[in-house]
This record gives sequence, structure tokens and C-alpha cells, in this order.
Amino acid sequence: MNFTENRKPKTEDPKIRLRIFLTGVGGQGTLLASRVLGEAALEAGFSPLVSETHGMAQRGGIVVSTVVLGEVKSPIISPGEADVLLGFEALEAFRALNYCHAKSLVIANTAAIPPYPVATGQAKYPGVGRIMQLLAEQVGGLLAFDAGDRARRAGSPLAVNMVLLGALAASASLPFSDEDLRQILRTRTNPKFLEANLLAFQSGVDAAQAAKNWLKKPGTWH
Amino acid sequence: MSELLTGQPGETRLFLGNEAIVRGALEAGVALVTTYPGTPASEIGDRCYEISRQTDLYFEYSVNEKVALEVAAGAAASGWRALCAMKHVGLNVAADTLMTLAYVGVKAGMVIVSADDPSLFSSQNEQDNRYYAKLAGLPMLEPSSPQEAKEMARAAFALSEELHLPVLLRTTTRINHTRGAVTLRELASRPGPGVFVKEPFQKVMVPAVARLAHARLLEAQARAAGLAEDSLFNKVYGKGTWGIVTSGVSADYVEDAVAELGLEDRVQVLKLGFTHPLPANLILKFLAPLERVLVVEELEPYLEEGIRAIAQAQGLTLSIQGKSKALFSRLYEYHPALVRQVTARYFGLPGKAAEPADPQRILGEPLPDRPPNLCPGCPHRAMYYSVKMALKDLGVEGIFPTDIGCYTLGLLPPLSMADFLICMGSSVNTAAGISKATGQKVVAFIGDSTFFHSGLPGLVNAVHQGHDFLLVILDNGTTAMTGHQPHPGVTLTPPGYPCEHVPLKRVVQALGVEQLWVVKPFKYQEALAATKEAVSATGVRVLISQAPCHLHVHRLKGRQPRARFRITDKCQDCRHCLDYFGCPAMQLNQGPEGGRMLIDTDLCSGCAFCVQWCEAIRPVKN
Repeated sequence: MNFTENRKPKTEDPKIRLRIFLTGVGGQGTLLASRVLGEAALEAGFSPLVSETHGMAQRGGIVVSTVVLGEVKSPIISPGEADVLLGFEALEAFRALNYCHAKSLVIANTAAIPPYPVATGQAKYPGVGRIMQLLAEQVGGLLAFDAGDRARRAGSPLAVNMVLLGALAASASLPFSDEDLRQILRTRTNPKFLEANLLAFQSGVDAAQAAKNWLKKPGTWH
Repeated sequence: MSELLTGQPGETRLFLGNEAIVRGALEAGVALVTTYPGTPASEIGDRCYEISRQTDLYFEYSVNEKVALEVAAGAAASGWRALCAMKHVGLNVAADTLMTLAYVGVKAGMVIVSADDPSLFSSQNEQDNRYYAKLAGLPMLEPSSPQEAKEMARAAFALSEELHLPVLLRTTTRINHTRGAVTLRELASRPGPGVFVKEPFQKVMVPAVARLAHARLLEAQARAAGLAEDSLFNKVYGKGTWGIVTSGVSADYVEDAVAELGLEDRVQVLKLGFTHPLPANLILKFLAPLERVLVVEELEPYLEEGIRAIAQAQGLTLSIQGKSKALFSRLYEYHPALVRQVTARYFGLPGKAAEPADPQRILGEPLPDRPPNLCPGCPHRAMYYSVKMALKDLGVEGIFPTDIGCYTLGLLPPLSMADFLICMGSSVNTAAGISKATGQKVVAFIGDSTFFHSGLPGLVNAVHQGHDFLLVILDNGTTAMTGHQPHPGVTLTPPGYPCEHVPLKRVVQALGVEQLWVVKPFKYQEALAATKEAVSATGVRVLISQAPCHLHVHRLKGRQPRARFRITDKCQDCRHCLDYFGCPAMQLNQGPEGGRMLIDTDLCSGCAFCVQWCEAIRPVKN
């Protein structure tokens, strides 16, 4: 599959196997994003598995979820086996590098949320430019931009998850289209936020279409 | 309408494992559900609460797991199908009931969900509750997917009725918290009022009755073993002379490993879903043609020991292995690559184990941790601060037994207000033992929900024995950690939650506690003065810190207008706020000029606590 061509991937491919790893900070909406991906995959005829973090980790800690679909039964992803990494926060995207392989596509928010040890001066937040560069060297493709800023400009600062979903939809790595995802947003999410969510989603689509956001252009994949 | 109540038979939905269990119970016509909230089982209760508001299902958040199990047992004895859900350690609380309920038995079907937590995502231990099925002599089912969780929950009621025994449905976090495609069946209706048939010489467990009941239980176990032999939840696939036995989520990892290693023609897999009693004949038939067998299961070698014992009884000598230094660990959950690599190693195949990239090594410096933290505006932090300051002013060192809830996060610096924790309710009693043995100042912490769960007997004991400690009850009006479920002392209830409010203060007084303070933690001077008095006194003292969970208020009442605060030029950079308070909204500015404190107004809850003890913090005027 090729990320750069804007074609619809082959849903009928019986051998497809896609593992998406989502990571972020409590409150960023990773769970909703993974659920939307799961619902879209179900609509597209797959039997997806979506694994979530609940409980203690949600109090400002790291929240990880995974979406797997196709020829795979295991609900979680081992280190080195994520085909797509969706990083909701710069440091967390980099921390999850061990889940990637040489051909993984990474979509990362470059906005930083300083963890508490950094906020108190006990630890140093690495330079975002540097960690993005290091990420790019290790993986197959890296789309990186300030998703927080895009969410704010779309009118809803909390919609980082929608921006990243939009970017993922436009990266041609999913076996369903951006319109399929919009349809899930229309039918399965809170109608109160729908308009704002769709705007944020479109902003993510635009981000993926801007060449300057691709820190590394993906090659052939799978 | 809850989405678990909608949909036509044959339709496929994406359900969380916990939702699938609820749907399965509804398809079996469950009439009563009880729980005490605990991760990873919490959503079972939460969905049933919603459904109980929309149907004639009876649901309660019971005060603890023992209570929950006994309410369910009473209903099942009266002809209502009942489900009782809890996290693994909850079954310890209910274990007294469980052991003898197996003797008493049930009339209508009863299912007990035990949600185990390998890797301790949200727990104090990672015990393997499959041994409870063996210990109590109860049938057990273990699902490997949300679909199977639904089918097993549904089938477990019929199985329970056939054997007149409660059935243990044993899950792990990865099943409870995985969403997967679930195909629906017809929902069943619930019966009208139940009937309790008096059979005291069957159901009152005095020794003479219990002796016979134990014999009955063993007979039922033999029948259960027969049902396990024919159960459709036990499956064999593949061909060849190697074997793998597995259950639960490990069965998924095995299926992927077999496919990825290309072993379809070399290995036979026995996937067990009905795991107590073990189907001995099925296992023997499976083992007979095999040269060697690998057992893949998380945590304890439950299947491995059982299968070895079955093989030994028949004189089979093939190698049956699972837990060992070279193979699988008894620690933590597994993952697909681990199972694939160990499988390859055991069968002498080349394993393709590419070393994943190590971000820390690539960066060349440690990555900052991101520990969870109490929220901005959390009343627990405010109370912890007052206790810290009271002890500092009095020049006394405190020892802090703590308990289970959000406030356990007080363990982390800078609060460092947790020294000893075992389980729910342990704060009160370990405080008594520590103060008795050391004579030191002991300040114990317990949340309101945990206090009702298992703190009450300890406090009665402390009054009766004349112990010497201060118990701080952190009353935030809800069960916050698990998702804001109500409890008897709740002040903020979800819409429509029917309950009789049991006021904490009167309960504590009625237990005989004579030295009692009730403070509002965000009123600093008042809280500090009361805390100093309470710390200085001797005997059993209780201080109730009363302020609602900020998150819960936010969720129930929507975003409230809030005051905003900033740090002015008066800041002397003493960093007292960082060293003693640790609010996530207060940060050290990392800008070029560096080293200045600032308040992140997006994160600040406007609780106005810090402004009461730091002159450099002032309100922002609009």
C-alpha cells in the first residue's frame, strides 16, 4: 500500500492486517478516536478489536489504546509491531517509538504537554524538533504538525483527536475512506459537538495534504 | 435508550467486553445485578445502572462485594437469574460467602464475574482467581473475546441452573476492556416476583446440613466435569504431533502465533473455555497422539498443573511445560510477540525476534516520566496539604497508613502522604497496629466509599480497644477512581439515582467516636486549626474532610464559572508550592528567562486554595 497516492485502499484484500497504536495523555480523547476507528472498521466489514486503558492511568498519566483489524486475533500490539502510530502529544509519540517498525507510519502532534516532573523542573522535556527528527529516522513515514493549534483554529481546542483522525484518514493507510469516518462521527458521536468535530477533522485532512508537514515521505508499505 | 437494549438478532455491534457480558446476561433474562465498582469490572455495573432506569432490571451498587454477592444469592435462591460482578480482589472480600454458597447452591441461574488484572493496571495485586473455582468447587468459564464473553455470560445461567451452582465467569483486563464485534441474539424478558421455597434442611448451613451439602457439591462437580467434556467452549484445531493448550486472551496470541509461524500442519491447539472442572477425557484424547505440549496461560500455572495431573494419572510421560525461566513467566500479562517467540523456542523453531527501537537510547537521555496525579482542584490534595502543614508546625513526624482510591496517588512526591497499604479498609486497622507497636503519631487516610465498604468494622474495633490514631475520612461525595459511582454516603448522585442518604458524620458518632472534626478542606485556616487539634489529641479521632470531587461536579453540573489566579512579581521563588502542594496547574516556567512559577489558567480549577497561603498568588481581575 502506498501512503502518498490518494487512492482508496482495497477493502476486499483478504490478507490485510493493520495495527494502529494510539497514545496520549489523559483527557485528550484517545479512547473516542480508537472507538471511531473501530466503528468505521466494523462498518467496512472487518471484525476489529479495540483495546483501551481505563482506571488509574487516566488521572493525567499516559493513555494508550490500540485498534487492530484484518487477519489478527490478538487485541493488543507488541513492541515493534504497530503499522501506524497516532501520537497525541510529542513526547508520548516519541516514547512509543519502540512499538514501531521500520515501515511504520507515524502521525504526531508536535504540541507538548509537559509531564509533572518537567513542570516542577525535576526533568527536562526533550526538544520537539529533535525528537521528531529522530522519529523520522527510525520509521517509514512521519507526518508531524501542531494538532492543538489546528483544533483551536477549528474552534474546539479539545478536538485534537478529530484533527489526528482527519490526518490519518487522508494518509491513505486505512481500508476505508475519510467519508466513512465522517459518517461514523455523524451517527455515533455527540451531536452537540458534531459541527466542531467535523471542522477539526477537515483541518486534519488538510494537514496531511500539506507537503511541509511530512517530515518523512513514506515509501512503499506492506 | 441504552444501546445494549437495541438491535435485532443477527446484528453485529462493537461492544466492550464488559458490555458484551451485560448483553449476554440480558439475553438470558437476568433480573437482578449487583456490584461494587472496581477496575476492570466497573462498566458492567455502570451499564446495568443505565438499563435499570429504563427497564424492570433491578440493579444496585452494593456497599461491598460480600454484600453484593449475598444480595444476588438471595435473589437466585428465590428464582431470579442474578449476576454479581467484581474485580479480582473483590472476590477476596466475598470469599466467605462464595465458599459456602457453593454448598447452599442456587435455584435460578447465578453468574459471578471475576475480572482479574494481570500487569496490575489498576490493582494492588495480580492474583489468579481461577483457583477460587477450584477452591470453592464451582464451574468456571473463561472467554477469549467480547463475542465469547457474551455467549458465555448467556450460557452460564443455564449451566448454573443445570448444576444448581453459581458459575464463575473469569475475565482479565484485556477481555473486559477490549471492544470487538458481537453478534446479537434475542433479549429475554424477566419473570415477575420470585418465590422463596422454604427448605431449611437444605439451605441453612449448620454442621449437620452442611455435611450433606458438601457431598452434594462433590456430586455436582462430577456432573460439571461431564458437561465440560461436551462443552462447545472447548475447541481443538490444527494437526500434527505438537500441542498447545491455552485459554482466555492467551488463546488469541496462540492463534496468531500459529498462523505467523506457519504451524497449522504441525501443531494441534486445545483452546479451553470451560476451565473448571477440567475435561479430563478431552484432555487425554488430545494428549494421546502428541510428542510435547506447551501450556500458554497468563499468571499461575493453573491449566499446566491440572493437565500434568491428568496425564500422570494415565501414565503419560510426554513433556508438558508452561511456566519456567526458559518459557513463560508467572508475572504480568503476555503479548502476541512474546507468545510467538516462546512458542518458537519450545518447539525448536527459528524465532524472528527483531529488537524494537529504544527511544531512550536513541535520544541518549532519559525520557521524563508521566506519573498520574491528583487533578487540579482535588479536595484530597488540599486536605493532605493541611495535614502536612499541621505536622510541620507541630514538629511531629506522622506515619500514614492509606487506603484504596484516587487519594492513593498521595503516595507520590511532593505530597508523600502514603506509607502503608494492603487492601480496601486496611488503613484503619494497620493504623491501630502501627501506633500500638511504635507509639508514634499515626494519621490514616480513607475515602468515603472505601470507609463504607470495609472501614466500619475497623473503626468499631478501634473504639472498643481504645486505639490511638487519627483517621482522616476524605469525603468527596462519590466513588471517584472507578468513574463516580454512588455509595451510601453520597451527596452528589447521578440523575434519578434512588437512595437513602446515610450521613457519614452520624455514622461515625454512632460508632462511639467522641473526638470528631468535620472540615471543609478548601478553607485553609479552619482546616489547619482543626487538623492541629486532631493530630495533638490522643485516642481514636476522626476528621471528616468534606468537599465534592471537582471532576464529578463538573460532569453533573457542567462547566461552572471560575475564578482565575496568577503568580505576581511578589513571588520570591521559594518553591513552597512545588515542594508541599504539587498542583498540576502550577508549573515552573521553562522559558528563556526560566525558573519562574506560573499558573496554567487552562488547567487551574479556580479552587482558590493556594491563594490562602501564598501572598504572591492573586486573583486575575476581569
